[in-house]
Amino acid sequence: MTKEEKYSLAKWAVNHALKNGAQNAKVNIYDSQNSSVKVRDEKIDKLEQSTQSGLSISLYVDKKYSAHSTNRLNNKDELKRFIENAIEGTKFLAEDEFRTLPEPHLYFKGNEKDLGTFDREFLSLNPQEKVDAVFNIEKEVLGKDDRIISVTASYYDGMSSSVMVTSNGFEGDRANTYYSLNASVSVKGGDARPQSYWSESAIFNDQLKKEGIGKIALNRALKKIGQTKIESGKMTMIVENRLASRSLSPLISALNGSAIQQKNSFLVDELGNKIGSDKLTLIDDPFIISGRGSRLFDGEGLALKKRTIFDKGVLKSYYIDTYYGKKLKMDPTSGSTTNLVMTPGKRNMEEMIATLDRGILITGFNGGNTNGTTGDYSYGIDGFLIEKGKIVKPVSEMNITGNMKQLWMNLTEVGNDVYKNSSWRMPSLMFKDIDFSGI
Amino acid sequence: MSLNRRNFIKTSTAAAAGTMILPPFLQSYQNIQNSTDVKSYMDHFEVTTELMQKVISEAMSKGGNYADLFFEHKISNSLGLEDGKVNKAYSNVDYGVGIRVLKGDQTGYAYSETIDATSMLNAARMAANIANNPKQFSLNTVNVKAPADYYKISQKWENISVKDKVPFVQKINDKVFELDKKVIKAKAFLLDETSYVLFYNSEGTLSYDYRPLVSFGAVCTMQRGDQIENTFSGRSYRKGFEWLSDDLVNTLAKDVVDKTNILFDATKPKAGEMPVVLGAGSSGILLHEAIGHTFEADFNRKKTSIFSDKMGKKVAENFINIIDDGTLENNRGAINIDDEGNEVKKTYLVKDGVLNSYIHDRISAQHYNVEPTGSGRRESFRYIPLPRMRSTYMEAGPHTREEIFENVDYGIYVDNFTNGQVKIGAGDFTFFVKSGYLIEKGKLTQPIKDINIIGNGPRALADISMAADDYLADNGLWTCGKDGQSIPVTMGLPTVLIKKLTVGGTNV
Repeated sequence: MTKEEKYSLAKWAVNHALKNGAQNAKVNIYDSQNSSVKVRDEKIDKLEQSTQSGLSISLYVDKKYSAHSTNRLNNKDELKRFIENAIEGTKFLAEDEFRTLPEPHLYFKGNEKDLGTFDREFLSLNPQEKVDAVFNIEKEVLGKDDRIISVTASYYDGMSSSVMVTSNGFEGDRANTYYSLNASVSVKGGDARPQSYWSESAIFNDQLKKEGIGKIALNRALKKIGQTKIESGKMTMIVENRLASRSLSPLISALNGSAIQQKNSFLVDELGNKIGSDKLTLIDDPFIISGRGSRLFDGEGLALKKRTIFDKGVLKSYYIDTYYGKKLKMDPTSGSTTNLVMTPGKRNMEEMIATLDRGILITGFNGGNTNGTTGDYSYGIDGFLIEKGKIVKPVSEMNITGNMKQLWMNLTEVGNDVYKNSSWRMPSLMFKDIDFSGI
Repeated sequence: MSLNRRNFIKTSTAAAAGTMILPPFLQSYQNIQNSTDVKSYMDHFEVTTELMQKVISEAMSKGGNYADLFFEHKISNSLGLEDGKVNKAYSNVDYGVGIRVLKGDQTGYAYSETIDATSMLNAARMAANIANNPKQFSLNTVNVKAPADYYKISQKWENISVKDKVPFVQKINDKVFELDKKVIKAKAFLLDETSYVLFYNSEGTLSYDYRPLVSFGAVCTMQRGDQIENTFSGRSYRKGFEWLSDDLVNTLAKDVVDKTNILFDATKPKAGEMPVVLGAGSSGILLHEAIGHTFEADFNRKKTSIFSDKMGKKVAENFINIIDDGTLENNRGAINIDDEGNEVKKTYLVKDGVLNSYIHDRISAQHYNVEPTGSGRRESFRYIPLPRMRSTYMEAGPHTREEIFENVDYGIYVDNFTNGQVKIGAGDFTFFVKSGYLIEKGKLTQPIKDINIIGNGPRALADISMAADDYLADNGLWTCGKDGQSIPVTMGLPTVLIKKLTVGGTNV
């Protein structure tokens, strides 16, 4: 579907809902194209290609609310019945005075600012080049070490586009592309067969790094040979930049309007309070050119702003959407993250390791969870023991356990090595006094 | 693997997700009157044998040695309660066909959301590209394979109005508040899903399935002084509307309130290795993570699983029998045919302590030259089938629960979990304990909560030193994730003792 066709279908669906008993409606029309190539044992293991499309509609009927989606878009009569049935069903629900569309003055109004999220070359790519790139990654690894038992290299790309129309005046569209190349390597060491992977991704094909991926995955896997657990104890922890968002994620979930209003957050009533150490400064920036999370408006159509979430450890802003804003009597800020940027420090991970007397570098998480209500966490980890500034040996089968508030108060250093392949732009992090359990 | 609760909550701002409603069946589809008749499934998807054969011929035209078509129409509905009222509903319709071509162990895959000749032939052409030796394919005779009948239901979800579902969701909330004055918030949900599946392959096998699925549960938040705790309880089956009852409402409400109450006095244990007693039922998560995934034959044929060269070897005590079973009546993990048209079996993974079978899909069964186990499953027509678990459990053992406790001087007892994970090659698995107890001198003492347990699959399996005679199935909302595909599963376990695992906790 072209953008114009999507707008026309979305407006038709909004109007059809309004004509059949809804007082308000929001409609999204979306489609996407994806392809992937996976290579193993010097031949193509899997080739996949797909296109998909769909419609989703949120209905506001006599102060009642429901939302529906379908991928059957070809038959207008069927879509009509889909919408009409959905409206009828909604009438059986309870009223919810808080459920409304956003105030129109908060909507994004289109100036055509280009955030660099779409590669126009997407449709003209040569499929053979994709396949060649994957075989090249495999070649970087095959035969390079006797301990290799399996190598998988893969390529994914995708294009998605959507339009959104609401009955109180919002119209907006966006389009995204992405490309990624990945390698996964398993090696034999004793009884274990440690595996590691590496990936690169980009929004534009000509910015995708196509070399070195297999080599990095192999090196990371080889370094894991001989993993053991060590004695339990309180130690310093360095979290590799690529994984730092995993440590941040429970903190961000606790800022969500729904969690706050439902009292399922350890950060209820904490606006303006110090939650983390002075090293914790975090900005939500929707406007980074070609940022993985860049966008002009959110899922409700709210115009986005650059805002500070934590300033030197002090909590400055929650993630509040229109619905929970009304329930909490707070102004909506947008209910989801865009690009989260942690203000970097002065040294990279290697430099942090070099001055550490004893601690554990975390290069993998394994399961675990956080109790969102209390902030208590416990996660499985693997990584490396550091002694006197040197990596001594690989460790695994250990847990870290504690409370999220204490964890962020114990943040002692933030690296300058920001990982940019993600919407959450995190550097390596160092925390003191972490409870490790091993033997 | 994780409990589904978050998936449900996530749908509230869905762009592409959602669920619910459609009171009468969507009129434009042929409603399947006779679910034992393949013809009604073909009419439902508006296809004929000739058309399917034409698509298969196209799929095989470049020299593939196998092809299949997986038609699916899934209708999902959900009702949600928050702040005392059933005030949100979601629904989703997903419809399409996946076309797969195999050349040895290589896969070509494409799908179409439109089921007509042009779209299917296009998709078939794309999938066919996995092979590049064009040759003539001669059609096989159509052989209708009737599916098993593991989930009989009397009231189909697509015939049930929102109006009739709402009261159950409301009642569970009211009951939770009635049971304990400490309750400050509750959420409740009812999810139902109906899938129609039609399957045809290049060998001529034609089959079909009708898959109902329902999940019902509540989240309860309680406050004592300044302390707030919350937990979740739910059940899920392949059952119809007749399953909902006031008894079920009362059972779930009591369960969620009881489970939350335990948390107020719970603390963290000390960190380190110790004996772990796994309570009967939900502790089956151990089997799923520590053993189940590493027994999936795709990892083993690629030699990336820590169990890759252990077939026929002794891996556990003699009294241990571990099963993966897709045939349990009305079970969330049951399937009448697998998603590759194979008969579904009860598979002994470990028999009398010896590794007996991997979990197979078509590719791996061929690789190992064994009968398929009926474990080829996919999230939807958008995905290729993979070897997947169904219901994974351990049979009852020779000991009693009392004998097990007598053997523990200091350790922990765990029986409520939220999620788990495994690293296939290293063998390290984890599961997150929502609550449990310390065991001191054979007795349950201090409650514990919110800790991760980590172990190593082969060692943990060998370390199961006792298993009780109190087998219990867990029918929670377990969802298993692999390669980006989520599927419903269940599990079960008798009370067992594992000599040692590493328990998350504090260091004094």
